[in-house]
This record gives sequence, structure tokens and C-alpha cells, in this order.
Amino acid sequence: MSPADGRRASGGKRGGPKLGATGGRSKASVKMTIASDYADAREVQRLIREEVEKAGFDTDTQFAIKLALEEAIINAIKHGNKLNKKKRVHVEWRVTPEVAEIIIEDEGPGFERSSVPDPTHDVNLEKLTGRGILLIESYMSDVEWSKGGRRVRLVKKNPGFARGAKSA
Amino acid sequence: MEGRAMPDTSQRLNVTDHKDVKVIDFVDSKILDEANIAEIGLNLTGLVAAKDRPKLLLDFANVDHLSSAALGMLINVNNKVKQQNGQLRLANIKPQILEVFEITKLNKLFKILPTRADALASY
Repeated sequence: MSPADGRRASGGKRGGPKLGATGGRSKASVKMTIASDYADAREVQRLIREEVEKAGFDTDTQFAIKLALEEAIINAIKHGNKLNKKKRVHVEWRVTPEVAEIIIEDEGPGFERSSVPDPTHDVNLEKLTGRGILLIESYMSDVEWSKGGRRVRLVKKNPGFARGAKSA
Repeated sequence: MEGRAMPDTSQRLNVTDHKDVKVIDFVDSKILDEANIAEIGLNLTGLVAAKDRPKLLLDFANVDHLSSAALGMLINVNNKVKQQNGQLRLANIKPQILEVFEITKLNKLFKILPTRADALASY
């Protein structure tokens, strides 16, 4: 894991992302805490993508999850934690052949979802930013913002599972 | 990205001249990383600034993934092209990526053509 020196961690005990599975049942969620660091973000994204691929999601759905995950983690690091490396991003995921569920929580000030302008409106079309939330919400089956916007829960159903394509 | 070298156009973009049109191929399949996006943006705006009324064609044949930050960079390039009274075309965009342009309605902002030949014929 790349930035494992632990010097910037406020707690002193940390060294790179922390990984831990909860529970011992067949499909428990995995939790990971990362610093506000793009390299750490790439690593957690890689782990989640691997699980999604193994679970048998089709390529379009994998694309959707990859895109939404990228936007949500970058949002947490950049807009939530403002790239402050003392602040962390908490990621929790559970992937089954039926559904992928990912929770991302930052330690920033939060935001009010309803106050985010519509980037597809003509007056906003040439703005350089503000499309991440639109993409997340367009590509996921369900998106839930909580804790004042600091926490987002992404849900993506596997369309192949409903058709019985995967019967491991 | 760990150990990234200094920005270099040749690393992330392939630029060829087709008559007076600069055709730019993205080398990377993913345009996601913030630093890469900044680097590509700098290189593209450099190409725009180098000529009055520039004609640019961005070929997306290699691109499998891009982020909203990449879209922002492309909008910035488009704005610079317009300021210079130039023309920007996008071509060869894979269906999954085209959908991103459609969802964000950026297909209304950019001139997108199916193939490189279509784009070259459109100036």
C-alpha cells in the first residue's frame, strides 16, 4: 500500500488504509479507512472493482460502478475533506451476485444535496465542475445522502442476476 | 501517480497534422487521475494557443473511462478554442463514453462525430 509511513496520521497508529471484515457470515461487508489521498483511493477502488467483477456483473454495470465510485471517492477527498490528509474517508462495501452496495463517508462539512445546481441546465452547461453527483445518481440504482451530505450510499443491482444469468 | 515524470505531450497524447487540422489521440484508456487530466489539459490548451483559428480533432478511440474532472478539462479546452475562433471536434467515442456525454448533455456543447473521417470532413 503506497503511503504507509503513518506520519501524517493524527492518531499515530495508522499506516495506510485499514482493512477489516465485519462478521463471519457468508457475505459480510468490508470496511476500509483511507487518508484523503488519491493513491489510497485508487487502491480501495481496485479492491471493490475486483469483487464486482468476481460477482459476475456485466461490463456495462461494471463501467457504471467504476464511474460512480470514482466520482464519489474523489468528491469525498476533494470537496468533502478538501484534500486535508489528516481527514479520512471511510469506505464500506458489500458485493453479492445480486447487488453491490458501497458507503463512502468523509469528515468534511457536508453539503445540501438540493442546493446543487443542475449541470445540464443551459446556463450551467459550460461550467467546468459540478457533474459528479449527476453521474453518480444516473448510473446507480439507488443513491442515498445522509449525515448532512457527508455520507453517501451507492446501490447497484446486477441486471444479469435478475435474469438468472449467474447461478453460482 | 507514483513517480510521475514531468509533463510531456508525447506521453499522453499523440498529435498528428492532417492538412490544417491537429488530430489528437489519447494514449491512455482511462482519463481519471487528477494529475493526468491537468497534464492533458495543459498540453491541449498549449496546442490551442499556438495558432490562430485552430482546428482540433480529439480522437477517443482508446478511451474506456473518463471522469467529471476530464469533462471539465474538455470544456475548458472548448472555451479556449472558441476564444481563438477555432473549431473543436470529438470523434470515435465508444458507446459507454458517449452515454456520459449524453447524460451530462455535453453532446449539445461539443461537436461529436462518429468517425475520424467524418470529423475531418466537417471543418
